[in-house]
Amino acid sequence: MRHLLSTRSLDRDAAVRLLDIAEDMADTQTREVRKLPTLRGKTVVNLFFEDSTRTRMSFEAAAKRLSADVINFSAKGSSVSKGESLKDTAQTLQAIGADAVVIRHSASGAPQTLADSGWIQAGVLNAGDGTHEHPTQALLDAFTMRRRRHGAASRGRDLDGFRVTIVGDVLHSRVARSNVWLLSTLGAEVTLVGPPTLMPLGTAAWPATIGYDLDAAVDAGPDALMMLRIQAERMNDAYFPNAREYSRLWGLDDRRLSRLPGRSIVMHPGPMNRGLEISARAADDPRSSVLEQVANGVSVRMAALYLLLSGAGEDPTS
Amino acid sequence: MTTRAFLITGARLADGRTTDIRIEAGRVTELGAGLDARGAETIDASGLIALPGLVDLHTHLREPGYEQSETVLTGTRAAAAGGFTTVFAMANTSPVADTAGVVEQELALGEAAGYARVQPIGAVTVGLQGERLAELGAMARSRAAVRVFSDDGFCVSDSRLMRRALEYVKTVDGVIAQHAQDPALTVGAQMNEGTVSAELGLTGWPAVAEESIIARDVLLAEHVGARLHVCHLSTAGSVEVLRWAKARGAQVTAEVTPHHLLLTEELVRGYDPRYKVNPPLRRQEDVDALRLAVADGTIDIVATDHAPHPVEAKECEWPAAANGMVGLESALSVVQATLVDPGHVGWSDVARILSEAPARIGRITGQGEPIAVGSTAEITLYDPSPVRPFGTDRLRGQAVNSPFIGTELPGRVVWTFHDGYPTLADGELREPDDIAAELVRA
Amino acid sequence: MAARTVLHEADISRALTRIAHEIIESNRGPDGLILVGIPTRGRYLAERLREQISRISGTEVPVGTLDVTLYRDDLGRQPVRSPQPTQMPGDVVDGATVVLVDDVLFSGRTIRAALDALGDHGRPRAVRLAVLVDRGHRELPIRPDFVGKNLPSAQSERINVRVTEVDGVDEVSIEDRA
Repeated sequence: MRHLLSTRSLDRDAAVRLLDIAEDMADTQTREVRKLPTLRGKTVVNLFFEDSTRTRMSFEAAAKRLSADVINFSAKGSSVSKGESLKDTAQTLQAIGADAVVIRHSASGAPQTLADSGWIQAGVLNAGDGTHEHPTQALLDAFTMRRRRHGAASRGRDLDGFRVTIVGDVLHSRVARSNVWLLSTLGAEVTLVGPPTLMPLGTAAWPATIGYDLDAAVDAGPDALMMLRIQAERMNDAYFPNAREYSRLWGLDDRRLSRLPGRSIVMHPGPMNRGLEISARAADDPRSSVLEQVANGVSVRMAALYLLLSGAGEDPTS
Repeated sequence: MTTRAFLITGARLADGRTTDIRIEAGRVTELGAGLDARGAETIDASGLIALPGLVDLHTHLREPGYEQSETVLTGTRAAAAGGFTTVFAMANTSPVADTAGVVEQELALGEAAGYARVQPIGAVTVGLQGERLAELGAMARSRAAVRVFSDDGFCVSDSRLMRRALEYVKTVDGVIAQHAQDPALTVGAQMNEGTVSAELGLTGWPAVAEESIIARDVLLAEHVGARLHVCHLSTAGSVEVLRWAKARGAQVTAEVTPHHLLLTEELVRGYDPRYKVNPPLRRQEDVDALRLAVADGTIDIVATDHAPHPVEAKECEWPAAANGMVGLESALSVVQATLVDPGHVGWSDVARILSEAPARIGRITGQGEPIAVGSTAEITLYDPSPVRPFGTDRLRGQAVNSPFIGTELPGRVVWTFHDGYPTLADGELREPDDIAAELVRA
Repeated sequence: MAARTVLHEADISRALTRIAHEIIESNRGPDGLILVGIPTRGRYLAERLREQISRISGTEVPVGTLDVTLYRDDLGRQPVRSPQPTQMPGDVVDGATVVLVDDVLFSGRTIRAALDALGDHGRPRAVRLAVLVDRGHRELPIRPDFVGKNLPSAQSERINVRVTEVDGVDEVSIEDRA
């Protein structure tokens, strides 16, 4: 795998392979010595143009457990905030000798621009770009679902027939986009629920069902219910009247939680707004996989870094 | 004007007749077969089409203020290379062309360069701010004799201000060229709103933001009895609105760009900022509707919206990149590929939509005249036969932000005559010193 | 390009039986032994050694599999390999005598990686190496303790070990790739 820019470009076999390798990585994390020598001598740069302590920590842990050297490059306080271009930054990283660049950027498409530019030879791993994609988040979500369903027998399996409902601000959500593509590739049935103002126009071709009624979605008994974070600034831009109404119509409150089947998983990419899109009780319920998702994130990112950095050039099988 | 004489032999006119053309002292002096070459330089034009010099109603020359992108000299060299003899220069320079002083400077820069006529467009509002009318009368009465006014880049979105502008320019037979874009519906917009924007996570620029402004403007123009010109129309819905307005008898004209006739939003998928433009590339359905609208006359002209940018404005993340594409050098080839070759229009229509109609809308004389005895010697000789890769070697301005690099396009401009002298000779741009010599000779 | 079979099913069976005897003998009995196979085929050879040792001594020794992919030093020289599962018997590595089992010993690099991998699971008292075929061409100072057959080979030759569990047949053959 030369780059990991989106889940849309992953086929089923490539996705299952990555999840299987993540299982192997997860196995190594239960041992006394959790560090592997696999990527010794490789340099991974975390290039974060947008603050995200959680994602950066997860990638940093993943890279370090594979013995890669990690350089954290935060745009805040660096020359980037003084107007340095992506090109100059990329060329600097090339000169430093980066083997992989994990990039988080507020601009949709920035990782692809970096990958296609020729400014840098390193593999590019998208850690979230604008409102486009966040592939490792979707992979860790799929990994979490697969483990909950198949347990120790997860290897080699997909999510055939698994029903996932994603709720909230789909319009601005890179997590939702990456999940729609990946989950449908893995055979899951995806439903998107939220206010019409926060659904993108032009989803007719998406492999997902669109709905606006969360109660109906809960009563349909999904295998996983994924609540998306709602950004405070959306309230000031006429997407919905106020937080109270949003929470009443599209929040996972205690009443809806009680109607959710016992086998359902409650998911959230974090960070959560407790009391807004998800109640405290729902967040802490045994059905919630929020902390599992965080732990699984490290394994999935180890797998992604391994696939990006361990091969000799282009791998014909991925 | 020059004292040189030329005999162009065996050219095919837009109407299909083959003829020799004698040019002398800046005018066409003779037409017919087997003309005498006495005292004239002979140019063999067999196989070439002779069009009246092309007129672009929508060019960004960037000078004054943004000379790192383009200057009047480099922009008019690009024009000559593309077969244009007149360019209307948009007002979004720095300072903005909103006073008589700036438009006269623009005019003078064009005259000094000598590659094409530069006809300044005046801003509708002071500083393109959309708040107060610029000195439209002063610009109209200046040496630049401005007749086209536009805030292009921005929409005159305030209905009352738009109405006033339309009314005000009636006194000089002027026209408001509107960049139709409802700003409230396009905050942060990055590309056409639809299936592709949904997938790419780029903020959408909905077709309705263009169509609703055009609908309002044609009603305003009709109401006050003024002339409206719609810039770079880009959607099938806009075509419908325009067709309806023309049927009602509104004094409205419209342009489409070459890129909107050829390219679609699918190109945005790679996030290559070369394809970032405003209004954005639309769907194939829109492209098809635009071509048919040119064919049936609903759209009056093709105009380039030539928008040069320095390399760094396009070598970046998509949302950070500048809008715009250069188009002067490729316009005629794209028109051939999208309108002539598929059979939508003939060469006489090309003469109309790329020369005669834009000159008429812009109210200039001595340009856009059919080639006839006594007409000004503004002539473009075009070879429609070769299909070739379009490379940066074809770009003769300062910028390289063409969306057509790497594609195959038909045709090649071989000669451009402006004011009786060649600016492009046998496919080669003439040097500034040679052009200066022509100006002295006059 | 003809492949020449050098060990048939019966030869392999005899070799494994002999190795099982040697392991027990050198360890002075089966106590404290762990057999660890290296995927893919070493894992099945380890399983067969377990059966032989059980038959000979009446003792069931623990068996594990140890994937070494993540410990290899040649990852950047070939296409990406998918790791295979590692299943080590719980809490018995410390102080045990671990016998690593692999099909072919060649450069020694796989065994070096296995020693590193093993170290992450505990601290054995001793580590031994059993291989079905030793074909020479060592690049590291590594030597097998138990060998089914020494097969001196040219670099250009390829040694194919097939086991019933994976390939449907027990057989070792030599193929010339030149």
